[in-house]
Parts: sequence; C-alpha cells; structure tokens
Amino acid sequence: MTRTPLRPLARILDARAKGENPDAIEKENIRQRHEVMRDNSRQRAEGRLLVLSGFFVMAFLIIGLRMGHIASIDPSEPRAAASGSEILAQRSDIVDRNGRVLATNLSTHSLYAQPQIMIDKERSAKELIKIFPDLKEERLIKDFSGKRKFLWVKKKISPEQMQAVHDIGDPGLLFGPREMRLYPNGKLAAHIMGGASFGREGVHSAEVVGVAGVEKIFDDYLRDPVNQGAPLELSIDLTVQAAMRHVLYGGMKLMNAKGATGIILDAHTGEIMAMSSLPDFDPNNRPRPAVEGAPSDSPLFNRAVQGLYELGSTFKIFAIGQAIEERLVNPSTMVETKGPMTWGKHRIRDFKNYGPELSVTDVIVKSSNIGTARVAMMLGTERQKKFMKQLGFFEPTEVELVEGPSARPLLPKNWSDISTMTISYGHGLSASPLHLAAAYATVLNGGTRITPTILRQEGPQRGERVISEQTSAMLRDMIRQVVVRGTASFGEVEGYRVGGKTGTADKPKENGGGYHKDRVIATFASVFPTDDPKYVVILTLDEPSTFVLGEERRTAGWTAVPVAAELIRRTAPLLGVRPDVAQLPKSTVTLASH
Amino acid sequence: MRTILYCLTALVVMALAFNAYQENYATQQTLKDVAKLQRKIAAKRERLAILKAEWAYLNRPDRLRELAALNFETLGLMELQPEHFGRADQVSYPQPDLLPILNPIEVSGTQEQHP
Repeated sequence: MTRTPLRPLARILDARAKGENPDAIEKENIRQRHEVMRDNSRQRAEGRLLVLSGFFVMAFLIIGLRMGHIASIDPSEPRAAASGSEILAQRSDIVDRNGRVLATNLSTHSLYAQPQIMIDKERSAKELIKIFPDLKEERLIKDFSGKRKFLWVKKKISPEQMQAVHDIGDPGLLFGPREMRLYPNGKLAAHIMGGASFGREGVHSAEVVGVAGVEKIFDDYLRDPVNQGAPLELSIDLTVQAAMRHVLYGGMKLMNAKGATGIILDAHTGEIMAMSSLPDFDPNNRPRPAVEGAPSDSPLFNRAVQGLYELGSTFKIFAIGQAIEERLVNPSTMVETKGPMTWGKHRIRDFKNYGPELSVTDVIVKSSNIGTARVAMMLGTERQKKFMKQLGFFEPTEVELVEGPSARPLLPKNWSDISTMTISYGHGLSASPLHLAAAYATVLNGGTRITPTILRQEGPQRGERVISEQTSAMLRDMIRQVVVRGTASFGEVEGYRVGGKTGTADKPKENGGGYHKDRVIATFASVFPTDDPKYVVILTLDEPSTFVLGEERRTAGWTAVPVAAELIRRTAPLLGVRPDVAQLPKSTVTLASH
Repeated sequence: MRTILYCLTALVVMALAFNAYQENYATQQTLKDVAKLQRKIAAKRERLAILKAEWAYLNRPDRLRELAALNFETLGLMELQPEHFGRADQVSYPQPDLLPILNPIEVSGTQEQHP
C-alpha cells in the first residue's frame, strides 16, 4: 500500500502560491488517514464479534443437544463409582434381635408363554400338566390357541421345575427372573411377618410388596435403596418365639381351646420378645382372607393385636393400684365383700362367697368382684377414666404392625357407675392382649408408662410416671401372693418368683343379648421375677375346657395358668434370667462338670 | 530454528493425540472390566443370599427340635431348663498340666526289622 504523504510538496507549493493555508491540506490528509484506520478497526471488531457469537451459538447448541440427548436416552447408573451392596438391590432382610434371619429373598424364575411362537401347543400343555398338577389342561390349551400373545403360566417355579419345562423344549415357553420373599421359619412368627406378594410385574422383574404385618408397615423402608440392604431388626428373639409357639400349641391342644395368644414383653424397654397367636398360617403361602364365618376365626387374625376381649379379673390390679396410689386404701385395709352386691337393677356376684370382708390383698388373691367394685366406687368414674387413659386403654396400641391402628378398644358408650364397677373387674371394656401387656408393664415395672414396640431398642423407655414405685412394689407383692396362695397356684415356677393375676371372662354372644354360659376367655397376666420385674407374660386361651378331678373346668386358674407356668419355665432361661438358686431344691441343681 | 520449533510442536501434538486415544480406550476397557466384576460380585452376592436363606431354612427351630429328638440317644440334647444354670463354684479348676517326660524310651519302631 502506498502511503500518501501528509504534506505533498506539489500541493503545498500550489496552495502557497494561491495564498491558502497549507495546514488545511495536512489536516485533510490526516482526516482521510483516520477514516481508513477507523474502517479497518471496525471491520476487525465486527469480525471478532462474529467469531465470538459463533462460539456462543456453538456452545449453546452443544448444551442444548446434550440436554436433549440425556433426556431421550435410558438412564444408566454411574458404573465406575458404584461399589458395595447397591450392586444388587434387593428388598432388605428382616432379622430378629440377634441377627437371625426371619425374612429374606430368594431368586427364582417365573414361567410365561408366547403362544404365537409355540410349536406343539397340545403336547406342551400336556407336559406342563405333568409338572404342575394344579393347572387345568383344557384351560391351557384354550389360552395357547387363543388370540393372546402373552400369558403367565406360573409366577414362581423351582429350579427342578424349570429344568423340567426346559426339557419340554418348546421355544414359546420362556422364563423371567423373579425375586421371591422367603420366610425360612415358616409359621413361627407368621402374624408379625404378615407376608408379601408381587406388585407390578414385568417379564424381567417384579415388585415385591408387603401385604400385612411388619412387611407392610415398613414396606417403604425395606424397599429403600438408601439403606444399602441393611436389615430391619425386630425385637423378637427367635428361640424364645419358637419355644413359646411350641408351648402355646401344646397348651391349646391340651386345654381344648380353639385359639391361644401369648405375649412376652420386656417390662422396661417395651420390646415384644415373642408374640404368637394360634391358629396361624404360613406366610410363604399366605391364605386368602376367608369370605365366610367370623374374621376372628381366620388364621390370618392376629389375636394378640387385633382381638378385642373383655379380659376379666386381670383388670383388678388397676383399680386397686389406683386406690393405693390415691391413698384411699392400703394392702391391709378391710373391704366389705358380702354378696350379692346390688346396684340399681344390677347384681354383682363372686365366684363363691368370701365372707363379710377381706383385706385388699385378699381381694386380689381370691379375686373378689364385689371387693374390687367397692374400691372402684371409692375412686369414682372420672378418676378411673383418667387412669385407664393413662394406661393406654383409650387408644389403639402404637405397635408397628399394620393391624395395630384398627384395634381400638371398645369402651362403654355411657360410662355410668355400674360401668365403673364392671370395668374394675374387667367387664364392659374390651381391649387386646397387647393392651393388657403394656398396662401390666406400666404398673409393675416401677410405674412408668410403657409403649409396646416390635423394633429392637437400645435402652429402657422413659415414659411418664403413672404410679409411684412403692405402689408398683405393693402390687407386685399382691400378685405374687396370688401365685403363692391364690387362684394362680399352678403358676409357680421354682426360682422365678412369678406373680400374676388370672382372669376368666364369659364370651359375649355374637349377635348381642348377654353372655355364653359355657364359653370363656381365660387369661393369665404375669410378671417375673416379682422382686426385680423383667418380663411381662400374657397368655390367653379362647374357649378352653379341661376335665380335672371329676369336673369340667374353664377358669383361668385351671387352664391358662399351667400353660403360662410351662411357658415361663421354658422361656425364662432362654431370656437369660437366672433362677434364684437359694429357692431351688438342692438336688435339681445339676453339676456343671465332674 | 523456527522450522525446528514448528516440527517439534507438530510432533508433540501428535504424541498427545496418540496418548489421549490410548487413554480413551484404556478407560473404556477398565469400565468394561468394572462392569464385568460388578456382575460377578452381584452373582456372588445373590449366591451368598441364597446360601444364607438355605442356612436359615436348615436351622429353623422346628427342624432342629426334630433332629435333637431323633438323635437324643447319641447327643442327649435337651431344652434349656432353669436347673441348667450353674454357679461359678461348681466349675472345677483345670487339671494341672502333666510334668514333662525327661527320659523318654524309644518304643515305636524297635520291633520292626529294617530291610
């Protein structure tokens, strides 16, 4: 580029000759030069802007395309970072307090058919019948030859069955992986476990969902991958549960009962160490709910939690305990027991006549309805209501079972004086055995409120104080006397200082109108050892009857108590409670070695 | 001088590209290996879960009770009873160890005739 001089000599001389200012020429030239420079720099700036905008467009385009791509592809797990148990995401196990498996998963296969690619439909159907006798041949042939392109044949099959189906060799019979829930202990803790079934199903996997018990109430927890397969720890002890079911089953058969319930509750932590309800079922193969008959007769019915019964004389210690707490009576106060006691048109009777008066301790020991009713009248309706509410008889138990909230105790609609009296000896208020267990733990453990739980706890509960320690100790002394010299004399277990109260309540007729004469609920509510309460044991037999000493007997003292004694004798060592050796006869102490 | 610099730069770029290419493939191979290992781990875990389930099934209390009853003559296993609790003073002291033998007599092999 040729550069124009700022002051070209020719033009300067020419201008001078004309008398013009030659500086104007220079200025003009400078101006022109600046114009060229400005044009150049503008062009360069425009070019840069263009490149920059090109960069931005590219960047946004890439981000947009990447977003679209990510949105459209199937999500994949970050493989490189994954480690540990999330590799195999399964429903969490359920274990007992010592880590023994109560529920786990097992991989199996499901069998499905795609009829359009089947070769010999009739032969396949015939062979399938041989492997699975519960299938119907006509139905299979109909399904295979219909228009359906897909059908489930079996939801769960064993490896042997799978091999047998393989051997049929039909390409239209296909397998999908399935995870099934397994309860290795079978019926053992059936009502606590509940059971599981399949939710949404696909060919490659199926959702396992809980249908009852802890499986249902902790469904979200068990399925949550965040737990990384950490098991759900229950409070129950497998060996204690096994011993209890064994004893309970034997007791139910021996006493000709149609149902039985047992609960062992830790008196300080509220942990349910064992809970059983008979008849029971196998959660691996949970039966369908019965469509006819009373639901309470179904094996699916958890009597311990769902069953609402009038629990009879076991309630007496609540009225007496409250009266002692309010300083209305003490264990040696004499109470009038002359019967029958009339109140309006109602008459209250005792099992037999106990004479004109008994001490408060003897009212419990001999189980006098009249004596308890008189003590309850000293308390009055309002105070009794308040106390029963504190013991938890107004609300369903807070136990973590899906059946729990449905068992709301049945209270009298009109809590009159006569209700106060009948409730003091356990009639007119229906509650579940678990309510009773929690209330017994509350009044006997030293007087603090216990909420039963099915989950393993780390330490004792610090509930509100309901009665004082002294009152609690007096009550324990009284129920110890019941076993030593009262209605529960069969309940003595050497070395364990068992204390307990019997309760025999007539069953109300199903369609109202009074009570059955020959059907009872026999309950024994006990605690051991009474000098240092550790466990509360509730045992209930439904319609027991036994023929002893030439007489048909239904009272709890003859039915529930011996079973409960055997239960304590078997389970107390398993629970780690040492018998008081001083009380044991010398000969029964076996030498440990040599 | 400048030519040498250009050549060197080009060579370095090629070397880096080659390295990046190799690293890319090595990473992909490692990811495949990890995936394979994780499949293996998952299979092992599944197997472990099945074995645990089987163990729990074989150790179910009902079966153990029956086995204990069947083998009562040989094993003599009983349910735990309150009487089975012992006291510390019932445990005998361990037997004192036997004194060491200082003058051993060779008995084995003395009767045999060595060929």
